[in-house]
Amino acid sequence: MITTSNLSKKYSGNQVLFIEDLEIPKGQSFGLVGNNGAGKTTYFSLLLDLIQPSTGEIVSHDIQVNKSEAWKPFTSAFIDESFLIGYLTPEEYFYFIGELRGQNKATVDAFVAQFEDFFHGEILGKKKYLRDLSKGNQKKAGIVSALIGNPEVVILDEPFANLDPTTQIRLKGIVKDLAEKQGVTILISSHDLLHVTDVCERIVVLEKGEVVKDLITNEATLKELEAHFSN
Amino acid sequence: MIKHFLNLEWKSFFRSASFGKSLGIKIFMGFMALYFIVMFLAMGVGLFPILKKLFPDQDPLNIVNNYLFYWLLADLLFRFFFQKLPVMQVKPLLTLPISRNTIVNYVLGKSAFSFFNFLPLFAIIPFGITLIVKDYPLASVLGWMFGLILTTIIINFLNFIIESLSSETELSFLPIIIFTGGLFALDYFNIISFTELIGSAYTGIYNQPYFIVTLLAILGFCYSINFQLLHKKLFLDSGLKTEIKEVNTANLDWTKSFGDVAPFMQLDLRLIWRNKRTKSSVWMLAIGLLYGLFFYPNPVYQGMVFFYIFIGIFSTGIFLINFGQFVPAWDSGYYKLLMSQNIKYEQYLKSKFTLMAVSVVALFLLGIPYVYFGWKILFAHFAAAIYNVGVNTHVILWGGSYNRKKINLDQKAAFNYQGTGAVQWLIGIPLLLIPMGLFALLNWSLSFEIACLVLIVMGVLGIIFHQKIMQFITGKYLESKYQMIDAFDQEN
Repeated sequence: MITTSNLSKKYSGNQVLFIEDLEIPKGQSFGLVGNNGAGKTTYFSLLLDLIQPSTGEIVSHDIQVNKSEAWKPFTSAFIDESFLIGYLTPEEYFYFIGELRGQNKATVDAFVAQFEDFFHGEILGKKKYLRDLSKGNQKKAGIVSALIGNPEVVILDEPFANLDPTTQIRLKGIVKDLAEKQGVTILISSHDLLHVTDVCERIVVLEKGEVVKDLITNEATLKELEAHFSN
Repeated sequence: MIKHFLNLEWKSFFRSASFGKSLGIKIFMGFMALYFIVMFLAMGVGLFPILKKLFPDQDPLNIVNNYLFYWLLADLLFRFFFQKLPVMQVKPLLTLPISRNTIVNYVLGKSAFSFFNFLPLFAIIPFGITLIVKDYPLASVLGWMFGLILTTIIINFLNFIIESLSSETELSFLPIIIFTGGLFALDYFNIISFTELIGSAYTGIYNQPYFIVTLLAILGFCYSINFQLLHKKLFLDSGLKTEIKEVNTANLDWTKSFGDVAPFMQLDLRLIWRNKRTKSSVWMLAIGLLYGLFFYPNPVYQGMVFFYIFIGIFSTGIFLINFGQFVPAWDSGYYKLLMSQNIKYEQYLKSKFTLMAVSVVALFLLGIPYVYFGWKILFAHFAAAIYNVGVNTHVILWGGSYNRKKINLDQKAAFNYQGTGAVQWLIGIPLLLIPMGLFALLNWSLSFEIACLVLIVMGVLGIIFHQKIMQFITGKYLESKYQMIDAFDQEN
């Protein structure tokens, strides 16, 4: 469970995020939507303690993230390409992440092998550095790396952007499976309302840094979101 | 059009993320420039009287002409390492209605206004004026001066041709060394006397100023080659065309013997081996190791015992200095990943420490042949190595916690100052000057042996308190975590 209370972030007096109270129960697939500058990435960065909150706190599984580092073993994320190490091959990168999460090579190999479909034969065994892969393929490698080592909380920023249609559909399958069968809390941000309503049980709309809608997904949700964003 | 370009440049200079932060380095460069201007000015003013005094029976102009060859070589070599073709963000301009020729001409034209082209003027003009005052024919002297100025610009463009041809190669500075070295050797061993050739060419220009046409032709030739080279590169995909080689993945399992730092050691070794810039620091090892050979064979330095320790620190610590000063900026590209992963800062830093310490020991062992120049030298190097392991490694890691400059690993290597800030210059003081000063003082007041022993004791103390010091350094890194993440996120 992730509890956010009175969280705000200001840059030189300019408030970019203010969340008074937000609770994300364990095992929920949680979607965050909002226009550019709404504060999605800021919130994720705060969750990962990459920036300091101006006020308030985020408590993840009883650990306040900017006070202790004990949230790191059960949390993983892929925010953008800067999470990749360009001069490693995808395999080496998976092993490195695996090692940090206490998984040996064989376990990582077995785990990654499940994503053969998702990779579409373009990642493994190609003998290329990550920096030489296309944007979409880099993203695939990054997303899978965030799933290594049985994390309990997975954070993905714009996972659908840059992916081809086939991979988008496969990714939706993976996300649903994680939340439903394995009880992983999964946080996703996206500009694609259709994808988000497809995979997330709950959708929160941010506007200028504040929560303006908090919806449990049902058939009407997509319509409601579309209506909200059209004006 | 030029007006727009100048406007863009003005903005890119003042709006750059690192503007102000790199002010220190600019001031330093300013002082260097001033120093060189004064030196050249003094040379231009003083050259004529000095030559007249030393060689009363020769024409100073002739002597100068005969030495022009060496100036050409030195200028070329110097420029290769310090002058870069002025860059411009051309990508956004490519789709705009600006002809490619305009862009190329602008970039090349701008390079003619480089400081390196103005510097010789400070020597040429006073010298020329002296010549005119001493009743040399006005037209000839002016022709000669103009010829030299043209030569400067020719070197300017020649350098860019050499640079663009050699930047593709692994060891980018090898072609220029071979080129200038070859010319020098041919001349030195009298196979082809370039000194005479060049000398008579400029004497020719002095006698018959219309020979300048030849220089103009050479200049035009160099310019057109540059023009073509640049024109070819002005396409979006020119950078992509380079074939992506299959990588061979070495098995680094042997690092497991270092325990829990193993994953980071593997990462660091790959970092060093797979990126141009870091790879060049491996080649610097050879230079550092052989550094002593510049000094020890020379009897002048044999007497200067305090110099041993400088060379000792430098030659055993070349990797330490080169690699260590950019910790943690080497990892700046993926720093956010490291910070959100399940890692212990201490292990991360310990891996860097281990690499540096191992390099010092290895370089000391490789440097044992220096014993040929005397036992004292080996002993001083030993003291320096211990000091490097015990003190300098910690100092440089500590300095790294003040590092706020991103390094883009994909960029070209040698003499790339990206990531350099005031910290890098300041860190040199404790690294080199303190041990050197301390050693000199003790060596002068007490004895050579005691001076060495003191450095060894300091080093050993550093090794004993390694854990404690590392805890302190780790604390420093944790304190500046957010600033570092923020700084490494910005392009400079």
